[in-house]
Amino acid sequence: MKREAPKSLADYSPLFFPGLMLIVFFVIPFSTMIAVSFFQRDPSGFYTPDFVFTNYARFLSLFFGKVLGFSLVLAVMVAICCVVIAFPFTFLLTKRPRKVQTIWLVCLLSVLSLSEVIIGFAWSTLFSRTAGITNLFVAIGLMKEPVALLPSFWAVLTGMVYQALPYTILVLYPALVRLDPTLLEAARTLGASPVRAFMNVVVPALRNTIVATLIMVFVFALGSYLLPQILGRPSHWTLSVLITDQAIYQSNMPFAAAMAVFLVLMSLALVGLTLLVGRRENAL
Amino acid sequence: MKQTFLRRLYFAAVALFLAAPLIVVAGVSVNEKQDLAFPPKGFSLAWYAQIFADPEWRKALIASLSLAVTAAALAVAIALPLAWFLWRRIAPWANVFQILGLAPFILPPVITALGMLTFWATTGFYGQPWTAVISHAIFFVTLPLVTLSLGFASIDRSLVEAAATMGADDRTVLKTVVLPLIRPYLVSGYAFAFVLSLNEYIVAYMTIGFTLETLPIKIFNALRYGYTPTMASVSVFFVAVAALVFGLIARFGDIRRLLGAMSSES
Repeated sequence: MKREAPKSLADYSPLFFPGLMLIVFFVIPFSTMIAVSFFQRDPSGFYTPDFVFTNYARFLSLFFGKVLGFSLVLAVMVAICCVVIAFPFTFLLTKRPRKVQTIWLVCLLSVLSLSEVIIGFAWSTLFSRTAGITNLFVAIGLMKEPVALLPSFWAVLTGMVYQALPYTILVLYPALVRLDPTLLEAARTLGASPVRAFMNVVVPALRNTIVATLIMVFVFALGSYLLPQILGRPSHWTLSVLITDQAIYQSNMPFAAAMAVFLVLMSLALVGLTLLVGRRENAL
Repeated sequence: MKQTFLRRLYFAAVALFLAAPLIVVAGVSVNEKQDLAFPPKGFSLAWYAQIFADPEWRKALIASLSLAVTAAALAVAIALPLAWFLWRRIAPWANVFQILGLAPFILPPVITALGMLTFWATTGFYGQPWTAVISHAIFFVTLPLVTLSLGFASIDRSLVEAAATMGADDRTVLKTVVLPLIRPYLVSGYAFAFVLSLNEYIVAYMTIGFTLETLPIKIFNALRYGYTPTMASVSVFFVAVAALVFGLIARFGDIRRLLGAMSSES
């Protein structure tokens, strides 16, 4: 049975249910959100239909600029930390026996699937004064008394790297596991040390993969909505946190929607860039 | 060997980083009294019993489980016919639906959450428990769609052709050849969606947050009113469920393949 073009309407029938669900419950909500971003805020309820640009005009404020700038810087830092840690790790992992790889993948998936609430709770406990890591430092004599390590920028960064690291490894895994092993062998035969072979052969060969992964992790980190809230101060809030806050606590849905539209456009542009980079890789 | 030692050190460091917060949480969860001390003072499993004994936590547990079970089933029900159609037919424009199926997962989750919030608020169903089921199914449809597409791609088309030559119609081929071959991918797609739905916070919060508490919502609400060891025991419970499910997938399926170890063509 070869793939063939649908001939009758009946051939299209498998598409009906998925198509209907995706259009009604994804395309329409998405469009609703875009529409709401032009609505007028109604302090007593949700919003009143309108066509105004005031929600977008608020982007021009210093406050919004600060939040946006901080979100971008934070996401860039998370992406760089994750790729720097994950790339050599994933490379070495693909050289281990299948069984070892499988165990690691199960663990990574388990951490990746953890709720942001749980990750936030776990790190806030680890960084706390009463149950935190500093108690351990006190016990081995490194510190005089336990201190709280949060709220702080470093706590937010650590939590977000923790959240994004398994994702980074799993994004890199397919590219690295399929890497032609003869490349490395050739370099080794010619006398390169393992580190040198890795830096001069593997890294350049996967340059585009690395760039694509950086962008993917960057977008992933932009989506973090709770960790900056749990581990940081209000000055560490990101765009995602601000959207949640405006939608739920300030009940300013139109402004939240406008920021969400902005975040979508930014993410889409970056994902598009990833696809472009990926295509170049395949063309080579 | 110096290199082996360095590699082990590196792996151990990553493992420690990933495990450290979970170890602390596990330690906190066995405290005897209601304080979050680490290392724990005394030993007690009472906080685990609390998940099932305390009516509030039990309610949240049941809400979370029913949401995850139904949402994952709906996600598979959406993904299966779509993935089958894309494999069976040549219809380039149908790829639009594939992109729609992948989009919610790639975009920041806040966006899907806010889209759902505005949609349910506009249609007047805001707060109904079933709205979360549909929202989660759409949000996680990507996972069964990806695993099923991998599964269909792994089917040897000559098998299907043989069945057709012997006179089997489309329906018979689907039932007797295709479905048995993709069953492992079906199960893992369901399992991925189930575990992630169980852990999901923001979409659930924006759809049913004010009427019904799932476990992640309950933990977050509890975070604001002070910590209790029950939160730690629930977290350990979540880690255990995820590890169990993914462990089973690895045991009975090929998790390396699911994660892209082999190209989909081979």
